[in-house]
Amino acid sequence: MKYELQPTLPPPPNTIGVVGWARKHLFNGPFNSIATILLAWLAVTLLIPVIDWVFISANWSGTTRDACTGEGACWVFIGQRIDQFLYGFYPREETWRLDLSFVLLLALILWLAIPKLPAKGWAAVLTLIVYPIVAFYLLTGGAFGLVAVDTHEWGGLSLTLVLAVVGMVASLPLGILLALGRQSDMPIVKSLSVIYIEIWRGVPLITVLFMASVMLPLFFPEGMNFDKLLRALIGITLFQSAYMAEVIRGGLQAIPKGQYEAADALGLGYWQKMILIILPQALKMMIPGIVNTFIALFKDTSLVLIIGLFDLLAIVQAATNDPRWIGYATEGYVFVAFVFWLFCFSMSRYSQHLEKRLQTGHGNRA
Amino acid sequence: MTDAVTRSDEQLMVELRNMNKWYGEFHVLKNINLQVKRGERIVICGPSGSGKSTMIRCINRLEEHQSGDIIVNGIPLTQDVKKIEAIRKDVGMVFQHFNLFPHLTVLENCVLAPIWVKKIPRKEAEATAMKYLERVKIPEQAKKYPGQLSGGQQQRVAIARSLCMNPDVMLFDEPTSALDPEMIKEVLDVMIELAQEGMTMLCVTHEMGFAKTVADRVIFMDGGQIIEENNPHEFFNNPQHERTQLFLSQILNH
Ligand SMILES: Nc1ncnc2c1ncn2[C@@H]1O[C@H](COP(=O)(O)OP(=O)(O)O)[C@@H](O)[C@H]1O
Ligand SMILES: [Mg+2]
Repeated sequence: MKYELQPTLPPPPNTIGVVGWARKHLFNGPFNSIATILLAWLAVTLLIPVIDWVFISANWSGTTRDACTGEGACWVFIGQRIDQFLYGFYPREETWRLDLSFVLLLALILWLAIPKLPAKGWAAVLTLIVYPIVAFYLLTGGAFGLVAVDTHEWGGLSLTLVLAVVGMVASLPLGILLALGRQSDMPIVKSLSVIYIEIWRGVPLITVLFMASVMLPLFFPEGMNFDKLLRALIGITLFQSAYMAEVIRGGLQAIPKGQYEAADALGLGYWQKMILIILPQALKMMIPGIVNTFIALFKDTSLVLIIGLFDLLAIVQAATNDPRWIGYATEGYVFVAFVFWLFCFSMSRYSQHLEKRLQTGHGNRA
Repeated sequence: MTDAVTRSDEQLMVELRNMNKWYGEFHVLKNINLQVKRGERIVICGPSGSGKSTMIRCINRLEEHQSGDIIVNGIPLTQDVKKIEAIRKDVGMVFQHFNLFPHLTVLENCVLAPIWVKKIPRKEAEATAMKYLERVKIPEQAKKYPGQLSGGQQQRVAIARSLCMNPDVMLFDEPTSALDPEMIKEVLDVMIELAQEGMTMLCVTHEMGFAKTVADRVIFMDGGQIIEENNPHEFFNNPQHERTQLFLSQILNH
């Protein structure tokens, strides 16, 4: 028996395009249609006042509170204090050092993140080894003709970024070591890693920060005055590395046993096997998890306000108590929320983008 | 013990003496004795779960044995990490599932161990790798990633990767059983060529055509023991043991 060849037909109308999409997703059946209309109405009635407050009735220019009509947001407040929100109490004539540090960091991150740019190895070395040294001298000064700036004067968004970036960069290698330790065949290494991870994971960051600022000095000899910011950084890093270790352990477990065996059979030593074969694959797989912990850390940095460090949140909060600007706390908090959101959302988008790129790339078929 | 070993067996590439292994309570390898001479080709077959993989994986210490001796190229295998490293340099292994490194290109897969383990300069390692990739007939894939190759191509890369370490003996653990039928031949052809060039080989495989073509001896395992051992002609035409007969009838009748 012989079959006729079938012609290729276009799909029926009403199933494609905007109309088709709306029919399929918004109005398929009476319940969904009602739900769609109700939710659309709700969204519009809630959104309009917000948009009005933030944009339409808001006051943008001026120098004092008299410039604000009170009907919309008073962004004049933020504009007047923006220097302080960004730089804290850092001497005004020295803030270029903060700007330069963050521009350098941004350039390095872009170099690492944009696939087309060459020499990633050098970029990594610059970012992880050279940059921290440069940034340290730029920020603290006291050498190379730079005026020393005490960490008491640091604050605002730049302090938040210092806390977050140092926490991220330092906790990653520590987390990798802990994750490897937890997988180790050596019982002592293994138990120490497990104990470390479980202790830090069971304690809230607030407690860690309190301990770092109140208890740590008790352990050090009288008169040895250990910088408050440094103590907070150590606390955050130790805390964060425990979380990082657990994320990375998940990645290590997802690597097929055959990869370890092939590396062993070729005669690679333990560190060669881990650094050349296992970790590159595990870290790639763990990017979403790692970024997630980074986002959590970024938001958690605002807890340092309880030990008297003036991060972005703390400094905005202090400004809202200024008698000249009483009554504009909402603007302050919205601004803080927006800045945090901007950073966290960018990290999240970047991780989604990476995930997609790695999926469509050369996957593991074996 | 070491003295006796080195004296008696200049000729022996691999020797297992009264070797036993347990997984917990489970006695998986029972009193294994096997001698493989330099240049000899051994095919190991037997039903699933009989301990074939475990046995050859003991030879390069992917699994640890609990009693008896394993001597590879004159080196007795002990807890000593240096000895384990020395043995792994001499022993190549090809796995059922290839186990190529998916984040590295074919060429990088091949030069990795020569560069890091044998400290060979990159240029030289790359030249050697290209030579072996030509021998397995895929030099044009050198810049691709393993995920972009077919199963048969991946397995040939895995063989080339092993050869790049210039091993004295090669272990194959069912190298064709994860492959689609049309790709089995391309891998077997490479293995046959290798055998004809005089490589010492221990192959776990059910490819009986391969066994008949190249094997000096066929070993039959069941229940963690070596049950029968013979040259291919005798093994296939005149199997002694009942279990061997049953096994051969099962694999040859379909
Ligand atoms: N890691 C392990 N732990 C416990 N039992 C195992 C392990 N690996 C293999 N076995 C058992 O050992 C026996 C032999 O396995 P294997 O050497 O893989 O057999 P073969 O390769 O002949 O199919 C099987 O019964 C298997 O279930
Ligand atoms: Mg097996």
